[in-house]
Amino acid sequence: MYHYNAFDTAFLAQRNAQFRAQVERRIDGSLTEDEFKPLRLMNGLYLQLHAYMLRVAIPYGTLNSRQMRQLAMIAERWDKGYGHFTTRQNIQYNWPKLPDVPDMLDALAEVGMHAIQTSGNTIRNVTADHFAGAAADEIADPRPIAELIRQWSTDHPEFQFLPRKFKVGVTGSPNDRAVTAAHDIGIRIVERHGEIGYQILVGGGLGRTPMIGKVIAEFVPEEDLLPYLESIVAVYNLLGRRDNKYKARIKITVHETGLDEIRRMVGDEFAQRKPLFAGIDQELLADIKSHFAPPAFNEAGNDEFDTTYAINPAFRAFVDTNVDNHRQPGYAIVSISLKSHGATPGDATAEQMRLMADLAETYAHDELRISHEQNVVLPHVPKRHLPAIYAALREAGLATANIGLISDIIACPGMDYCALATARSIPIAQEIATRFDELKLEHEIGPLKIKISGCINACGHHHVGHIGILGLDRAGVENYQITLGGDGTEDAAIGERAGPGFGAEEIIPAVERLICAYLEIRESTEETFLQTYRRLGMAPFKAALYPAEEAKADAA
Amino acid sequence: MPRPFTPKVVTANALLEGDVVYLTEDDRWSRHLSEAELIEDEAHAQLRLLDAEMQPGQVVGPYLADAKPGPDGPEPTHFREAFRMTGPSNYAHGKQETV
Repeated sequence: MYHYNAFDTAFLAQRNAQFRAQVERRIDGSLTEDEFKPLRLMNGLYLQLHAYMLRVAIPYGTLNSRQMRQLAMIAERWDKGYGHFTTRQNIQYNWPKLPDVPDMLDALAEVGMHAIQTSGNTIRNVTADHFAGAAADEIADPRPIAELIRQWSTDHPEFQFLPRKFKVGVTGSPNDRAVTAAHDIGIRIVERHGEIGYQILVGGGLGRTPMIGKVIAEFVPEEDLLPYLESIVAVYNLLGRRDNKYKARIKITVHETGLDEIRRMVGDEFAQRKPLFAGIDQELLADIKSHFAPPAFNEAGNDEFDTTYAINPAFRAFVDTNVDNHRQPGYAIVSISLKSHGATPGDATAEQMRLMADLAETYAHDELRISHEQNVVLPHVPKRHLPAIYAALREAGLATANIGLISDIIACPGMDYCALATARSIPIAQEIATRFDELKLEHEIGPLKIKISGCINACGHHHVGHIGILGLDRAGVENYQITLGGDGTEDAAIGERAGPGFGAEEIIPAVERLICAYLEIRESTEETFLQTYRRLGMAPFKAALYPAEEAKADAA
Repeated sequence: MPRPFTPKVVTANALLEGDVVYLTEDDRWSRHLSEAELIEDEAHAQLRLLDAEMQPGQVVGPYLADAKPGPDGPEPTHFREAFRMTGPSNYAHGKQETV
């Protein structure tokens, strides 16, 4: 893991002192809200429906136990005893009070964390594969370059007032778990003739105009990465539309200008910028890499694991669903679901955070991850410790075996918290999970990603959900549109709208009809929902969603 | 033709806590919609909004929200204002805590 050096610490102390003074000046009346708002947003402080909200960056989703415990402490001391993990691997506190926020930021700085650039038209927290450094299919750990990008983009003077926000996602595996194609810049580590480099995607994004990122460069060598990224952002900074907020993201710039022209401009920019990088970035990268050396894996027998797996069916279900292969023999990756049936997706109480921190410290090389799917991951777990970890999780209500299944739903905060939302998302997620738990169908249904957004901005990634649900306000009533066939992986696809939306009371039965149709028409239990959709298209699902329309058509 | 004016309340968030607040007839900021001044006249509504905007030390982002008269004072007409009045639906946090 990366540990702050003296420069990082001093920088953060200075920024926090500045913000403390800004808050004081806002409270004593020296600053108006118009003056203060951009300053608070630069430091991750929003004003939402019922309260302020502090969004804290968890760079590339990586935490140690000390940081997780501090997040728990902050939740208890200055919030309501819980935190909400988001689809960008951040944590949000929903109830801070303005005068307390400087103290919260100081507490974060104590453990090398901050809320800088978690808002505003800047380069946001860099996200990465939550299995980074552990995945069996990985070419290289994406976190060193994610950290390099974090350092480069934090307070970068040229990029503090971009046309719009800017999101970067990185994966080191061909199996894309970081949704890189839905980022302003997506970076995929690739290997060519034994050399590590980067495939760069540009112009992906969800929101009101969803687009899949396009490959602007097939192979950027390691030493060219930062100047190349800087060239992309510089071209965007110049071309990006500042006249219309809804056309200001780079996806529109790429769409309107054309990929080839953007590539040419970035090439010209790169030729000028590359000589300015005298190698300092590579020295930094070398230092950063040393922070991400793999833990000292130890070798010991798996007897305890094998025995428990053989005799305990609940443990077996947990392992089969929530545990993934690790690159190191004898190790496993454990996903801890924050989606127990009926709970708020992504929420963890302070006690749960502390328990997960304890487990990481005791059994799992002191590392935790936050996934964009709003779960927590223990990336390096010796398999022999799995029974003990499972028992502890179970006691804390954290052993739900539903990773990747229908109740492992992504949901944005929606109108329960968010000032931008047009409908609620959390209750819809809670009801779907509860319903399918009652039906005891979720393992039968198999891999299925439902993603729910409470407005068109798509924080809940509904466009890339196998089933996407978008909450809208239709003439003063909550209304939910369904999209089908979305995919956030390396085969990224935007879901297709199924038809007219459903009221809040109709949406759960509608999802149930969809699932029943799938179970009837799938070729075998091996064929996933997405595969069935790709094989048969929209028609059978549409018929299930709108039976009355079907009946009308038949009668005509 | 301009749309007919519908009754409004002045609402905002409290500067320090962020709580949803409503402007009362006697110029207080109340946590309860039922205590808000229900404004039936468009010109008066604009004046009251100006009054609110003159208090940046107390509130953030004042605006006029639709409301209707009820037996115990103003009531929301849209679900967004109903959530602001009550709090989130997943936990009994916000205004529900003190009820």
